[in-house]
Amino acid sequence: MVEFYLQLHPVVQGLLKGLAVILVIFPIGGACSMAERKVSAWIQGRPGPNRAIVPWVAWIPFLGTFLQRLGIFHVMADGGKMLFKEDALPGHVNKFYFILAPIVAMIPALTTVTTVPFGAYLDEAGRVIPLALANVDIGLLAIFAVSSLGVYSLILAGWASNSKYPFLGGVRASAQLISYELSMTLSVVPLFLWVNEPGREATLGLGRVVEFQSQPGFMGGMWFIFIMPVSAFIFLTSLFAETNRQPFDMPESESDLVGGFHTEYGAFKWGLFFVAEYAHMVIGSAVFTLLFLGGWNPLPWVSLADMAAWVHLADQPILLGVLSIGIFLGKVLAMIFFFMWVRWTVPRFRYDQVMEIGWKKLLPLAIANLLAYAIGIAIIQK
Amino acid sequence: MAVIPLERKPLTLIERTYVPQIVAGLKTTFQHLLRPKETLEYPEQRPAIPAGYRGVPTLVKDPHGREKCVSCQLCEFVCPPKAIRITPGEIAPGAPTSHVEKAPQEFEIDMLRCIYCGMCQEVCPEEAIFLQNQFSMTGYTREEMVNNKARLYELGGTLPDQHHKWDKKKTAEEHGNDRH
Repeated sequence: MVEFYLQLHPVVQGLLKGLAVILVIFPIGGACSMAERKVSAWIQGRPGPNRAIVPWVAWIPFLGTFLQRLGIFHVMADGGKMLFKEDALPGHVNKFYFILAPIVAMIPALTTVTTVPFGAYLDEAGRVIPLALANVDIGLLAIFAVSSLGVYSLILAGWASNSKYPFLGGVRASAQLISYELSMTLSVVPLFLWVNEPGREATLGLGRVVEFQSQPGFMGGMWFIFIMPVSAFIFLTSLFAETNRQPFDMPESESDLVGGFHTEYGAFKWGLFFVAEYAHMVIGSAVFTLLFLGGWNPLPWVSLADMAAWVHLADQPILLGVLSIGIFLGKVLAMIFFFMWVRWTVPRFRYDQVMEIGWKKLLPLAIANLLAYAIGIAIIQK
Repeated sequence: MAVIPLERKPLTLIERTYVPQIVAGLKTTFQHLLRPKETLEYPEQRPAIPAGYRGVPTLVKDPHGREKCVSCQLCEFVCPPKAIRITPGEIAPGAPTSHVEKAPQEFEIDMLRCIYCGMCQEVCPEEAIFLQNQFSMTGYTREEMVNNKARLYELGGTLPDQHHKWDKKKTAEEHGNDRH
């Protein structure tokens, strides 16, 4: 099996790997939509969706009822509805861009996956090799560059809808994303200053960041969230804004803009926006996990290599790879839960508050944080 | 009345970052996440109906199984949305309840008009119509939503009766005191 895979053409290998990752991302997106409904329900003291069931699953004694109570089949019902309902195209829209917008939303959401490492294994020499579709050196820069293209889909959707509320939603989306992109990028600069010690080949790769967090010793094994809590806070806040999650849901703002940029959308095209939003959330959580939560290392000060030695998996690259992917996915899902948890806790900001927080609070804080760490790192790494 | 001026303290720096408040809020919502659920899962779990609840209006029988309504039509006249229609009828002379004055031939309550005000129950001199505990009326057609006499008795059932007014009247009549 492994030999057969390895003798395939690299392009075919790449396609297979890409397909496998997409096959994981899509169900996670669907599960997230369900989890969102369940978490919101539980926080509000409701049981949440728990009725839909496929008859032959209902025959399984305990598991069937459990799955029903968990609302698994509502995901299928939702998906089926979105696929098969009439896809109405309003008469007053600019048809080409109207159809283009949801497609443009999906492309950056799925493209950024390629540069995110999601696991690791040990080779014969005992070195940790990250698992990624493309473990490129520009890593984070590529993610920032591609994921910020996602705003074009919102602007396109808002403009092509040719009506007031979607247009306002699109304008707000662009303003919000540009404001928070700045502090987001500035907040991770100290981290890469710290990672790229003098005398090493410089890199922006996320694999290297995780490797840095799995060194032995007290400072070596410390995750970046402990070393740079301010950076982590700014990055997380900007991440909420970048993924258009509450409390920063300016592009959508159901309360004042009907549905924001997607007011005129329905059926499958709306579903694409929806999946793209969740895919952004997954990627954002993955990047946060890699940068600040130690990636695939199980615990702070316990690296994957240590754990492999304990459970005797060091010479089993496939099993260790699966284990590391499991640890990583667990952290990502915990982050996604945190996203939902915050959504049902913090009231949403007004548009002017969003701008004020972005420009007058977070940006100066990010710059001060960068300066402080730059000076500190210059002294330490002298 | 004494005016107590409250000093409004300026927010400290840590409070102005909102972070402690957000953390406190997260704690609260997490406690709610683990708490038992507040809602009833309706068709299986039903709410406890308080005494004096005004549900669907129904016709009731007395403990001997006699229909209590004498079709006086007071409820029909008092009904604010005019939901009640009564067709008065006679009781056959040989029937065991022939001592009762009258009985409705047909009794209809249009549940699409009914406003559950309870005036019919209040006005009824025979204590024959009661708003009972059923709160959910559904149907696919307008006709289904009109409760006829048979359905009203089916919904109402039998309720205890303290007076047995017509039985007393009959006994009095038999003892030669018909003006009792």
